[in-house]
Amino acid sequence: MADALTAAYALRLGDDALILSHRLSEWVGHGPELEEDIALANTSLDLLGQARLLLACAGEREGKGRDEDALAYGRDVLDFSNLLLVEQPNGDFAQTMVRQFLFDAYAVELWPRLSASRDEALAGVAGKAAKEAAYHVEQSAAWVVRMGDGTEESHARAQSGLNLLWPYAGEIFEADEVEAALAEKGIAVAPSALREHWQARVEPVLEEAGLAPPEGAGVRKGGRQGRHSEHLGHLLAEFQFMQRAYPGAEW
Amino acid sequence: MSEHGERSGNERDWPLFEVFIRARTGLHHRHCGSLHAADPEMALARARDVYTRRGEGTSIWVVPSDRIHASDPADKDMLFEPAMSKIYRHPSFYDLPDDVENM
Amino acid sequence: MYTQGLNQAVEDSGPEDAELLARFQAKIDREEKIEPNDWMPEAYRQTLIRQISQHAHSEIVGMLPEGNWLTRAPSLRRKAILLAKVQDEGGHGLYLYAAAETLGISRAEMVDRLLEGRARYSSIFNYPTITWADIGAVGWLVDGAAIMNQIPLCRCSYGPYARAMIRICKEESFHQRQGYEAISRLAKGTAAQKRMAQDALDRWWWPSLMMFGPSDADSPHTGRSMRWKIKRFTNDELRQKFVDATVPQARLIGLEPPDPELRYDEESGHWHFGEIDWTEFNEVLAGNGPCNRERMAARRKAHADGAWVREAATAHARKKQSRMAMAAAAE
Repeated sequence: MADALTAAYALRLGDDALILSHRLSEWVGHGPELEEDIALANTSLDLLGQARLLLACAGEREGKGRDEDALAYGRDVLDFSNLLLVEQPNGDFAQTMVRQFLFDAYAVELWPRLSASRDEALAGVAGKAAKEAAYHVEQSAAWVVRMGDGTEESHARAQSGLNLLWPYAGEIFEADEVEAALAEKGIAVAPSALREHWQARVEPVLEEAGLAPPEGAGVRKGGRQGRHSEHLGHLLAEFQFMQRAYPGAEW
Repeated sequence: MSEHGERSGNERDWPLFEVFIRARTGLHHRHCGSLHAADPEMALARARDVYTRRGEGTSIWVVPSDRIHASDPADKDMLFEPAMSKIYRHPSFYDLPDDVENM
Repeated sequence: MYTQGLNQAVEDSGPEDAELLARFQAKIDREEKIEPNDWMPEAYRQTLIRQISQHAHSEIVGMLPEGNWLTRAPSLRRKAILLAKVQDEGGHGLYLYAAAETLGISRAEMVDRLLEGRARYSSIFNYPTITWADIGAVGWLVDGAAIMNQIPLCRCSYGPYARAMIRICKEESFHQRQGYEAISRLAKGTAAQKRMAQDALDRWWWPSLMMFGPSDADSPHTGRSMRWKIKRFTNDELRQKFVDATVPQARLIGLEPPDPELRYDEESGHWHFGEIDWTEFNEVLAGNGPCNRERMAARRKAHADGAWVREAATAHARKKQSRMAMAAAAE
């Protein structure tokens, strides 16, 4: 039983990393400047590395013989459990960086705590991911400030990215029975415990950037339970195409 | 460096920075390339992203390219030739008995 | 790379000093490197600007055909490899732009020339990647051909270019291997995978041979570039070397290059290959390849979409600087 729960938890974190990595990989070759293109690919690769470790861990805990690829390419929308935030389209560079910052500010609080998990495999992934997230959040925060406090156009774009994505941030802190049960055992980090730390990271950056969260925007959630936005299906159609077209083939 | 402003005074690119990397502790920082960045913080981060993807570094310096002052190749003879004749600065210049030890 | 600031303004273009020219050539003949602020003939500078910027553009445009499969790689391992590889191409473009900048041209100017169609990039990237096997073929054949060209450039007479190429060749050493590994996997896979692999070889073989450029007899700049040690081998020499290396690699995994004239010549120790269709080469060069328009449209779009981002960062850096100056003045 504990294993099925841990599998579900690892899958959530793995799906977040996998889908966000995929979104960033859509930028590669099309970035706003060569140096930034290379930086986006680095973040995408870090997240892909995290995803592979987490999916492999989920597959092991699940005990049904599914490896990283079976989990990544063999599930449909209802079985993906990533946050809605990470599947939202790239939009312009402002939208991408706001999405990244809202996520990074969470990841950088999650991983160091999870590195003390009583599950050794999770603790190991978390220790590695903590260092990556620390760099990611510095970079995405710097861009949010640059754009918010840049030109009139960049400010407007950053603000509209924030308006669009802010409602998806609330889902980060929603806990259900999976996290609750595992947090009690010292295996998972209760997401609700991260909210104030996240706020303490996000607020000063938005303030420096001169950006304000939209009022009364509500909370969009459901990703953890497989209730996704329309975007995920399209993402998977592209991402899973080869494995669907050639089932069982090796690559 | 009077030509400098004219040659690199290009308003459309982000400023150019030179990148120096220390490969391992104990070694000097070594020039390894350059990149464009809007400010020094960005230059440092992008130097990390561009020049240490394969674990090439433990420390990075970035320097705005227009802050480097370089010797003129036309002065090469004047600057470097005079040192060539001072062979007594090198240990091999000295004639010592073959069986002297600890020297 | 050395800063462009180290370069002196180009002297007005009178007849060049015969003595300087002789000294320059003697230096090259002694295998000494030419550095950014050394005297150099204007034609040497312009030749290098043209060649290095074309090389840089090729890396950047080359991100597109492979990037086409980043979101569809068939396994997470392949996805990570491809991401790292396409990212490397970006890095190589960056090193090369920086090397060209030491000759006194800005990146912005080089990018303008590309986007306005005044500068070229390698024609090979005007071919489409229509199946996953093309990713294997590009790594194996296109990177394989590129390496043949690039290794001699590590000894190029121009210091910054040679140093950039040393770094590039070191990093590229995995590019060809990952391509060959990917296509080998297909060649040993299901019938559908094998068909994909052979089809990719059929389509990429001749364009890869064309990558070495026109035959020596029709290559106008070869003589001078060899004398200046910008180039070390002729197009035909490198092409032959590539064919000799690649035919056995294809046959080893059960694939066959699409050339009925292909046969091993015992006497010369080389593989004889058929006539290259230079009309196709010239058509692609003239802008009529399968993807010329798409590649340029993608680059123009990225550049235009990025303009406000670049401006925002500049504007923010200026604000920050003036705030710091004000704070310092207030103290």
